[in-house]
Amino acid sequence: MGVANTDADGDEAMRKTGSDPEFRAVRKTGSDPEFRVGTYLGVVLVAAYCLAPLAWQLVTSLRPPAELTTLPPLLPTRVTLEHYAAVFTGHPFPRMLLNSFIVAAGATVIALAFGSAAAFALTKMRARGYGVLLAIVLATSMLPPIATVSPLYLLINALGLRDTLAALILTYSGFTLPLAIWVLTSFLRQLPDELYSAARVDGCTPRQALVRVILPLAAPGLAATGLLVFIFAWNEFLYALTFTATERSRTVPVGIALFPGLHEVPWGEIAAASLLVTVPVFVLVLLYQRRIVEGLTAGAVKG
Amino acid sequence: MSRLLQRIGERPAAFLAPAAIVLAVVTFFPIVYVLWLSLTHYSLIGDAPTFAGIENFARLFADRRFWNALGNTLYFTVVSVALEVAVGLGFALLLARPFVGRAPMRAVVLLPWAIPTVVAARMWEWMYNGDFGVINYLLGTETNWLGDPVWAMHAAIVMDVWKETPFVALLLLAGRLSIAPELYQAARLDGAGAWRSFRHITWPLLKPLLLIVLIFRTIGAFRVFDAIYVLTGGGPANTTETLSIYAYKVLFQALEFGYGSAIAVAVFFCVAIITAVYVQLLKEAQR
Repeated sequence: MGVANTDADGDEAMRKTGSDPEFRAVRKTGSDPEFRVGTYLGVVLVAAYCLAPLAWQLVTSLRPPAELTTLPPLLPTRVTLEHYAAVFTGHPFPRMLLNSFIVAAGATVIALAFGSAAAFALTKMRARGYGVLLAIVLATSMLPPIATVSPLYLLINALGLRDTLAALILTYSGFTLPLAIWVLTSFLRQLPDELYSAARVDGCTPRQALVRVILPLAAPGLAATGLLVFIFAWNEFLYALTFTATERSRTVPVGIALFPGLHEVPWGEIAAASLLVTVPVFVLVLLYQRRIVEGLTAGAVKG
Repeated sequence: MSRLLQRIGERPAAFLAPAAIVLAVVTFFPIVYVLWLSLTHYSLIGDAPTFAGIENFARLFADRRFWNALGNTLYFTVVSVALEVAVGLGFALLLARPFVGRAPMRAVVLLPWAIPTVVAARMWEWMYNGDFGVINYLLGTETNWLGDPVWAMHAAIVMDVWKETPFVALLLLAGRLSIAPELYQAARLDGAGAWRSFRHITWPLLKPLLLIVLIFRTIGAFRVFDAIYVLTGGGPANTTETLSIYAYKVLFQALEFGYGSAIAVAVFFCVAIITAVYVQLLKEAQR
């Protein structure tokens, strides 16, 4: 299927709007102003749909505590940062933030290292059983997490890894490896085989050829894959919930789901914490939206 | 050339090994182990596991709570995936029109998909709040959305649709933009309107991709856990209890690892059946 050229899609089309045949044809029909107003109205509505819940969370996080339980006014009479301060003082939130970073970064590094080596062997070294391997990879990526949570829990206990970050790094790299191999394979396949042969003839070992020749050229694929793995690990909840027991290894999603509230739920603090945990994802999405979509389409489409 | 290289000592196995070992430990071994666990009586607070044959599955068949959870899961899956695909297709067709600022817009649309589900659920939980929630304020209602047996499930569906529609929209947008503009131009010259070019160009060319998106979303929705755990915990009166939530409760609250694993295996087989059906449909669509 031909969804390969996501890179050259809309932004490209925008720059040459004047010569875009579709656009010109529309202009000729005379419905141009209406069509454009309709488009922009629709775009604004879609943006509102996506952003409204986040905006409300932002408003909530800035509300003085007394105004959390009063509506109207929709907007707070004054803006306060005390919920953010509360999250950072006398609360394990910073520790959980650090845990989430370590786990997500660790899983990303492992999935990329092991995934690119495997994809390299499958595409350039022509390992046998290519088709079977990819089928297995795809089948395991369909595996529902609940299906293996009980054996993994027993395994992690037996290995003495309960309540450690290592348990989560191991699990997440295992769960993201199929996707990583899948996406990286589709990227590596686009690189000509001669690159590898030439590197070998010039005296590179296969590892040198991978590290010095292939991987630098596959950087966009690595970036797309790394982003997907990082976001998966940053967001994962079921395993984080069951394999951790204390703040020592709890990640932010667990912290937010189990937010302590003795008598009443601290909505302001939850809002502040959930916005803070969204920030890294927000930055990644803003900077790399195109790469992420590329990875998603490569993962979904190359079947 | 590659044959020559093979002769001078290519060892792809060494490059496959690290990934294979991790997958063996984290995926393949647990699959075998969970099948074994589902055939045992095994309580974490009791004695060592004993072989039970198919007793757990017999119990499963007679367990009304299991059938309730299966029904809830199917309802959640069908309704939310249908809405996600309908809304996502609409978004994709809209965003495929020429407008200034598509790159930032794509980032905006990615946001709900990229934030942790737990965070999204907390946000919606607060908006659904019966006493101080903004939804009641805007609608002028006083409904306890998450505490009402009828509304709770639909509240969870709305949250899921909000979060997952962007995934559908962005994949379909990529597919729509990869269709050659010349096709639409030709259709317009032949006098085809918007509906007819959608019906005869966009729809047939997008259909295989749509099926793939459907597979991903159906399986994603079927295994729903995070959203329900935070929003309702399965309540009120188990009306939002899905298979994953029920299995979790049996495993980690009742600590019945034998029976809980049997439920997990049932989920596994349901997902396998769903995948098989879709793969068949996909094969037919591509023929």
